[in-house]
Amino acid sequence: MKIRSAVAVATAAAACALALNANAADKVKIGFIATLSGPSGAIGADIRDAFQLAIKVNGGKLGGLPAEVLVGDDQFKPDVGRQLAEKYVKSERVNFLTGIVFSNIMLAAVPIAFENKTIYVSPNAAPSPLAGKQCNPYFFVASWPNDAYHEAAGQHASNRGYKSAYLIAPNYQAGKDSLAGFKRFYKGSVVAEVYTQLGQLDYAAEIAQVRAAKPDTLYIFLPGGMGINFIKQYVGAGMSSQVPLIVPGFGSDQDIIRPVGNAMLGLFDTAHWAMDLDNAANKRFVAAFEKEYKRLPTVFAAQGWDTAMLIGAAVRDTKGKIEDIEAVRKALRAAKFESVRGAFKFNRNQYPIQNYYLRVVAKDSQGRIVNKTIGTVFKDHGDAYVQDCAMK
Amino acid sequence: MSWILIVEQSLNGLQFGLMLFLLAAGLTLVFGIMDMINLAHGSLYMLGAFLASTFVALTGSFTAGVLLAIPATAVLGMLLEITVLRTLYARDHLSQVLATFALILILNEVVRLVWGSDAALPMPAALSGPVELLPGLQYPAYRLVIIGVGILVALLLFVLVTKTKVGMLVRAGASNREMALAMGVNIKLLFTLVFGAGAALCALAGALLAPLFAVQVGMGENILILAFVVIVIGGIGSIRGALVGAVLVGVVDTIGRAFLPLLFGLFFQPRVASAAGPAIASVAIYLLMAVVLYFRPKGLFPARG
Repeated sequence: MKIRSAVAVATAAAACALALNANAADKVKIGFIATLSGPSGAIGADIRDAFQLAIKVNGGKLGGLPAEVLVGDDQFKPDVGRQLAEKYVKSERVNFLTGIVFSNIMLAAVPIAFENKTIYVSPNAAPSPLAGKQCNPYFFVASWPNDAYHEAAGQHASNRGYKSAYLIAPNYQAGKDSLAGFKRFYKGSVVAEVYTQLGQLDYAAEIAQVRAAKPDTLYIFLPGGMGINFIKQYVGAGMSSQVPLIVPGFGSDQDIIRPVGNAMLGLFDTAHWAMDLDNAANKRFVAAFEKEYKRLPTVFAAQGWDTAMLIGAAVRDTKGKIEDIEAVRKALRAAKFESVRGAFKFNRNQYPIQNYYLRVVAKDSQGRIVNKTIGTVFKDHGDAYVQDCAMK
Repeated sequence: MSWILIVEQSLNGLQFGLMLFLLAAGLTLVFGIMDMINLAHGSLYMLGAFLASTFVALTGSFTAGVLLAIPATAVLGMLLEITVLRTLYARDHLSQVLATFALILILNEVVRLVWGSDAALPMPAALSGPVELLPGLQYPAYRLVIIGVGILVALLLFVLVTKTKVGMLVRAGASNREMALAMGVNIKLLFTLVFGAGAALCALAGALLAPLFAVQVGMGENILILAFVVIVIGGIGSIRGALVGAVLVGVVDTIGRAFLPLLFGLFFQPRVASAAGPAIASVAIYLLMAVVLYFRPKGLFPARG
């Protein structure tokens, strides 16, 4: 009798499990890996905060299912990122993986997701290899291709009629890629392409060279603290009025404006999003973010929010049948969500096709220093690598 | 390349060197006198910058903010010495490195809790912008101030170390600690005072450099490596060595970054030059250190005989 009932229970449980697989899941489980500590920790925190806020304003749900987010800190180390991916994909069996800030860490971690057919939705890193030959059906980019901001900056420099440009970037792969992106759309002559040390503090020598070279414009890709150092010193040297500076959008966002202050005013940059973009989703996002965290959102925060909304739309459109990976992929590719950036669609390599805007750092009506949108540089812009992608 | 550019780059090198000196002076005293490797020296530099940002915001005056940050950091430094570092003097260097590295991590997170990951310290309006030193030579006013303060502090330290009683004790401690102890010097008090002075110099460097550099968590680690290069070149425990070493490093680094790529351009194809120039420039100061150590293994001005 006892044995029979145990068997009956087991059979019933198995039947239930089968039924669940065939029907809707009872929750959506997401693994979120990001750099949350160290000097670059603020970027990961921005993405995480906005991601969790998007779930919170939807009553703790994504696409109608209760959402469970497991957050891990990769400590800016590729091996730690990979271990976390391993844990979330294999033992926690998450439905989606997301969160990673830096390309090098993501490239170490995503193969685990790919091998186990777990979808990775990138809220930031979007390196060129995964856009071209190595494009992958389980890889979606909700941010922008790594080159895009630099391409837009190059286009802007051409549009403004700058005949000569001086370029500065740190001496590592992303630095070289960024200047290549700028040059792809810049039609004038490049006076000099200077590669500085990663983590450099003092830029007096470089600034003096720029002053002597007298270019029409200066483009810098100096992420994080390097950019803060450079901009402070450039403005302090009185150079910003002589040679106008252009930076990629993340190089003059709220996390840079806060420590630099008034010296940022008048700086031009290019990005796929701005706080003042006029659409309902964006207004809701900016208001909710400011209310919750008492600070203004950055492009990174906008990307975190959109990533959550994109995943939510896919869960909704599959009617909660998130175990059916092909159905989820199809729903993701359709990207039926209200993006804070306005129009958004996926290219066939699952990288975005979207607009890029010219922004200027200025004071808003409340006297806060923010980025204001002043024009569109690219309309429906994709990336330069999609032709190498075999995916249809 | 004009002579104006050469003058300007030399000034840049001097300025960068004097700035490194402020940091290296404290480090070399602590290392030389207490025989203590303090990796958390950079954290005091960070604390100084964050404290200065708070005080400048509170008082509304740059000078007052900096002047308040210096004693505040010195007191924090002395508290750190009394509570934690004092127990490490008897240990070997490896334990000191481990313990002070832990301090870096702890202080980074403490600063993040108190201030967040970054802080603003704007340049005083009167000093922002360039001044014309010579016809055609524009130089940022603020960097001139740093050069002035650096020279002033170097002079003050020189007088303090060579002409006063405290300075005599410091020199005695640096050249032979056991003998100084045997002669009845209150080494405990001396160590705490020296550590406080080192922290004060850190705060001065951190506060003065804050308008030029990012005030953010982890800002101390980058500059600490350069400070160690300086004191190894100059000779551990020697203020004079720290000054000469710092200016050497500043000038070599700046001139290397400015002119090596141009120099390479004269001899090699542009592609080779643009790749090799920055690469060699970024290791120039380490080459300098290697050369100095080959000829003078104890540095340029060794404090110990």
